[in-house]
Amino acid sequence: MIDAMRAETVMITGHGGDEIEAYLAAPLDPAPRGGVVVIHHMPGYDPAMKEIVRRFAVHGYHAICPNLYWREAPGADPDDAAATARAQGGVPDDRLVGDVEGAIGHLKGLDGANGKIGVIGYCSGGRQTFLTACSIQIDAAVDCYGAFVVNDPPPQFSGMKPLLGLAPRLSCPLLGLFGAEDTFPSPEETATLSAELDRLGKPHEFHTYEGAGHAFFSVDRPSYRPEAALDGWRRVFDFFGKHLAA
Amino acid sequence: MCTYLTEQIEIDGSGKSPRGWIPLTHASVYVDHPTHAQYGHTVNIDLLNPAEGPSARVAVELMEEAALALADAIHRAIASAPKGLASANQPM
Repeated sequence: MIDAMRAETVMITGHGGDEIEAYLAAPLDPAPRGGVVVIHHMPGYDPAMKEIVRRFAVHGYHAICPNLYWREAPGADPDDAAATARAQGGVPDDRLVGDVEGAIGHLKGLDGANGKIGVIGYCSGGRQTFLTACSIQIDAAVDCYGAFVVNDPPPQFSGMKPLLGLAPRLSCPLLGLFGAEDTFPSPEETATLSAELDRLGKPHEFHTYEGAGHAFFSVDRPSYRPEAALDGWRRVFDFFGKHLAA
Repeated sequence: MCTYLTEQIEIDGSGKSPRGWIPLTHASVYVDHPTHAQYGHTVNIDLLNPAEGPSARVAVELMEEAALALADAIHRAIASAPKGLASANQPM
């Protein structure tokens, strides 16, 4: 076994046949392996998200993060792209699912792909992970503090729909990682989601960390909480290890 | 938390962007995560010219006390000048 990997910007075919940018990392060892789609947080397709993509490759996965703001802001700095996408009402739900499907297609075409797909998303990407898992068949999903899964999204984001009603269509086990001090989503919201998934018999595992708020995985922000993040990473790799093995 | 909420207005003026002075046509104001300020949340103000692309943007991330003080300072500065001196309808 070798531990070398390749990480690079690629173009993939996203929603509506659009070519969009994505960041791909893959081990060079040709052994069979699962794929992980990383859905970036609302601040965008930034260096911290690319570091997370590489982290999955270090742990033996093919990993890819589509640039969800590529259409609004091709080639722009991540903060400018995020500001532009925000001003235009955010990423429409149907386009998000199409772009993630494109990313999945790219992963499944890689040498050594075992066909198993996990999706993980942070912040707005947490909500989009749940949306994806309720829209298409995947093998595992990780929602990291996604808001507006239980509560309805703000009206100005007209392309975002309420999601809780989609829960009967959840296609895979769901790992949820949340902060007890977060208000979007609040512990009450995630408890509501957990109860609904219990009622539906949908496998899920939620962890809510005391002393952590929103974005506790973000190592470049004051919200970073090492204890929660380290335990969260361990659970993410345990979860994907269980569900993405061939 | 990500608030998702954004106040948007049309504006008329100029600003200095990373590529020099540009006309400004729109502004977004929102309370959410900053990109650079070392706080969990800030008042973020983007002064924009969307027609010139995403990088045509003058951005600040302020603590709410600073944002409110700035708003007050703007009101005071305008009030202390002759009425209409900086208006869009000012005499040239």
